[in-house]
Amino acid sequence: MFGSTLIDSAGSRVASAANVVADTARALAGGSSGASGGNWIIEHVSDAHVIDLEPFGQIHLPQFSPIHFAGLTIDMSITKHIVMLWIAAILLFIVMRIVARSYRRSLVPGKFSGAIEMTILFVRDEVVLPAIGEKGRKLLPYFLTLFFLILFANLFGLLPYASTPTGNINVTASLAVIAFLVIQVSGMVQYGPIGYFKGLVPPHIPIFVVPIMIVVEALGLFTKPFALCVRLFANMIAGHIVIFSLIGLIFVFGSIFIAPVSIAFALFIELLEIMIAAIQAYIFTTLTALFVGMAIHQEH
Amino acid sequence: MNNMTGFAYLAAGLAAGLAVIGAGYGIGKLAAAAMEASGRQPEAQGGIRVSMIIAAALIEGVTLFAEVIAILMALK
Repeated sequence: MFGSTLIDSAGSRVASAANVVADTARALAGGSSGASGGNWIIEHVSDAHVIDLEPFGQIHLPQFSPIHFAGLTIDMSITKHIVMLWIAAILLFIVMRIVARSYRRSLVPGKFSGAIEMTILFVRDEVVLPAIGEKGRKLLPYFLTLFFLILFANLFGLLPYASTPTGNINVTASLAVIAFLVIQVSGMVQYGPIGYFKGLVPPHIPIFVVPIMIVVEALGLFTKPFALCVRLFANMIAGHIVIFSLIGLIFVFGSIFIAPVSIAFALFIELLEIMIAAIQAYIFTTLTALFVGMAIHQEH
Repeated sequence: MNNMTGFAYLAAGLAAGLAVIGAGYGIGKLAAAAMEASGRQPEAQGGIRVSMIIAAALIEGVTLFAEVIAILMALK
């Protein structure tokens, strides 16, 4: 009673997602329709060894046996999210080749190339250079690739039959690891390996605070990329789970009259997803640029 | 499915709702401050808008940590 009014008044899409997931799971746990409950949502959102083209059949992807080395078991099979990531990367490469070639042909670019150029200039002038300064020009290819890859990968999940590559925590974890390496290496190139770590602690502080500051700053080195990873992953997954839950409501109620309402809500959430995709790409790039800037200019 | 499954689902829903209360309140205050700052100085609206979006995404990132945990709770 009190709890439900509180949840209603909060009114955010993500609260409804978890509730609907729990409801759907509970209601369909008896197995009234084909797939059972919450598993249906999780199946669609997570990685799989087949690509489901629903009315047309399935594509079974090659599955290699796990490789054991150094005590780890690594499964190198090609799964759905890997294929989607490759398609997004190839699409990015083709788009950028088309844009670059249109500049070779004439000095004035066409409409599409102009739009991409505007976006590139936006990333350079509003995101990278203000955060890092003139040294950012050397890292500019990395940031542009990061921004456009995350943007394309996020938007890819909204197409039919495709799933979001960045909705897999391994993909976002590797992006975060690469960002972590870029931050540390650029800091070490600037200050030398020992000088960089010594510069983490601010210079003029009382002596008894120094051990705490060392621990806090060292942990901060790791938590910042970790937060980048989880933020991107959770934003993408939350949107998709909400859409699946809204469509799953049709099965929960079992009647066809809920379908227009459900589809309308799902459409609204899908449009919101487009905005969230672009914003999350921008946030990842901005925060990475900010961290590199903080590593290069260590004066607090 | 034992007797406690209903409570577990209830806990997951409650966790999600409580997390969102904090986010809603925080982002609401952020938007209020941004609106007031835009009203005081309309020339700075571009920079204020950018900072607002960055801060909102950071706050929402923390919320989504809690949401992911709630979903994990609902699944176990």
